[in-house]
Amino acid sequence: MAENVLHIENVTMQFGGVVAVNNLNLDVNQGEIVALIGPNGAGKTTVFNCVTGVYEPTNGKIDFLGETIVENFPRGKMKKLYAGENMGMYNEAVSHTPDLITYKGIARTFQNIRLFSKLSVFENVLIAKHMRARQNFFSAALHLNRAEEKRMREEALALLEEQGLDKYRDDVAGSLPYGLQRRLEIARALATEPKLLLLDEPAAGMNPQETLELAAFIGEIRDKYNLSVFLVEHHMDLVMNISDRIYVLDFGKLIAHGVPAEIQSNEKVIEAYLGVSEDE
Amino acid sequence: MMGNKKRDLILSLIFAAVITAVLVFIDKRLHYSMLASVIQKASIYALLAVSLNLLNGFTGLFSLGQAGFMMLGAYTYAILTIPLDQHASVYQYFNGGVVNVCLPAFVGVTAAGIVAVIFAWLVGKPCLKLKSDYLAIATLGFAEILRALIQWEVLGPVTNASNILMKFPKFDSILTPVIVCAFCIFLIVLLINSSYGRAFKAIREDEVAAEAMGINLAKTKMQAFLTSAFFAGVGGALLAMFQASVQARSFTSAMTYEILLIVVIGGIGSVTGSIIGSFLYIASSEWWLRFLDDSQTYLGVNIPFMRGGFRMVVFSVVIMLIVLFYRQGIMGTREFSWQGIIDFFKKPFAKRERKAVKDNG
Repeated sequence: MAENVLHIENVTMQFGGVVAVNNLNLDVNQGEIVALIGPNGAGKTTVFNCVTGVYEPTNGKIDFLGETIVENFPRGKMKKLYAGENMGMYNEAVSHTPDLITYKGIARTFQNIRLFSKLSVFENVLIAKHMRARQNFFSAALHLNRAEEKRMREEALALLEEQGLDKYRDDVAGSLPYGLQRRLEIARALATEPKLLLLDEPAAGMNPQETLELAAFIGEIRDKYNLSVFLVEHHMDLVMNISDRIYVLDFGKLIAHGVPAEIQSNEKVIEAYLGVSEDE
Repeated sequence: MMGNKKRDLILSLIFAAVITAVLVFIDKRLHYSMLASVIQKASIYALLAVSLNLLNGFTGLFSLGQAGFMMLGAYTYAILTIPLDQHASVYQYFNGGVVNVCLPAFVGVTAAGIVAVIFAWLVGKPCLKLKSDYLAIATLGFAEILRALIQWEVLGPVTNASNILMKFPKFDSILTPVIVCAFCIFLIVLLINSSYGRAFKAIREDEVAAEAMGINLAKTKMQAFLTSAFFAGVGGALLAMFQASVQARSFTSAMTYEILLIVVIGGIGSVTGSIIGSFLYIASSEWWLRFLDDSQTYLGVNIPFMRGGFRMVVFSVVIMLIVLFYRQGIMGTREFSWQGIIDFFKKPFAKRERKAVKDNG
């Protein structure tokens, strides 16, 4: 059995009275590409936001490489409002800000691309290198540590070359075509030197050809950087092509889980996606 | 590429030498002229504008506490550097005051920055969580509260309450403020071009993405805020030296708006823009547009609307025109470069050459 990278345990996220994610259990193992799919509003992005520290889940625990990075239980006014399961199972509160979670090795991309759109392509990647730079405010501000700055620049450039983006290095990021912006966002995420890459609908807005390329690309970077990938997606072709395992979410609840072939023939999944006709 | 770098360095050195020579000349011959006073005040305002730009333009934090930090700097400097034998006359209502030290001027200026940083930390802790307009209101409120607090009778033995502080060391040459400000601006430029400067820009562009890239928002914003406050404090101390007196009454929010205006005129997010904007603004308001405030008689006709305050009316119109038609300011987010200047002067020639080719062909 491969090493466990991400372990989501009984995670419930409730906004007021709305249960967005209901008692989710999910695992990502080393080197796997795991997909989370589901109809619109199923709570997929909410799961991402819980993992990356943007939201604090109402109840449950998330482990990353054996370390608990998020844990919470219904507190305050949620005590009364809580409509999920496993009340009282957890009694510790652990939470980190998104930057610390990135530091621990989880990098993400966004559903609606969030590049630093007025900065150059090169700067976009260089900014992601800031976090792991061995420097302090004064040594950096006074340019005392030139070797470190040079290293950051070289690594960022190497990353751009690998992604085939080096010819755009001085272009403004917002001016790139859509597909390249997606690619740059992934390159930027890779620059943080992650162990787990979270991709939020990486194929959104792409044509079939681009989607195919993206699928190959995701497989490539997984092997090259020794990553595990956890992605949220709508495009069935992409998901079925590259995923090792698939989780299906509907109305915040896990309705199926398995290898692509199993999911394709799962009745519940077909029902959630296509709906059941009333005649039957 | 390498040739360009060398050329730029040589051009910069020549430029610096010319400026220094001109300044020395002005210092020797025109020490009490309007020009000399504009140069001093404008270079101080340039530093203040760049430090505000670091926050507003580069980090995207809309702060209006500049006058507050300047006042802290000015007071710190004044209190620490008044010669001991002058205490009795300056603090005449408070029995000579309680501060019995007199430090060298440069220690006073540094202390001015440090005191501003300490207060900035206290204000920043709760306020930096606020976004855009709310941060502006909070910092503006802080500056106003501080201004009232400094004039409080109880603090009189230290701050001289609402009385004037003076007789501290002034500039002995107009070169001093120019050099100090140039050095401080140089430090800020180094910071902007460093890894931390890029982190600031990332926060300005997209906070959520910046955080996802591992940039600690609270810490990085605080670094920008403290740096800005430090240089505002230093600028305040220099302003005190220039004015030769300090009074809390003069550090109103209007002063912050003045500096903000310089930043907007120069271009939000451009250091050179702030510097150019500062010289233009100070020269206009102190010198070139002064005539608007006096009644003028042209060809025997007295122009009735030219009187005290008319200058500000003209100013307001100019600002409106800038905001309406020139929203990017003078420089936008671009910076000065020798290449840019050369291209600028080459442009008409290039056109002519192209035209000549066209005509011949």
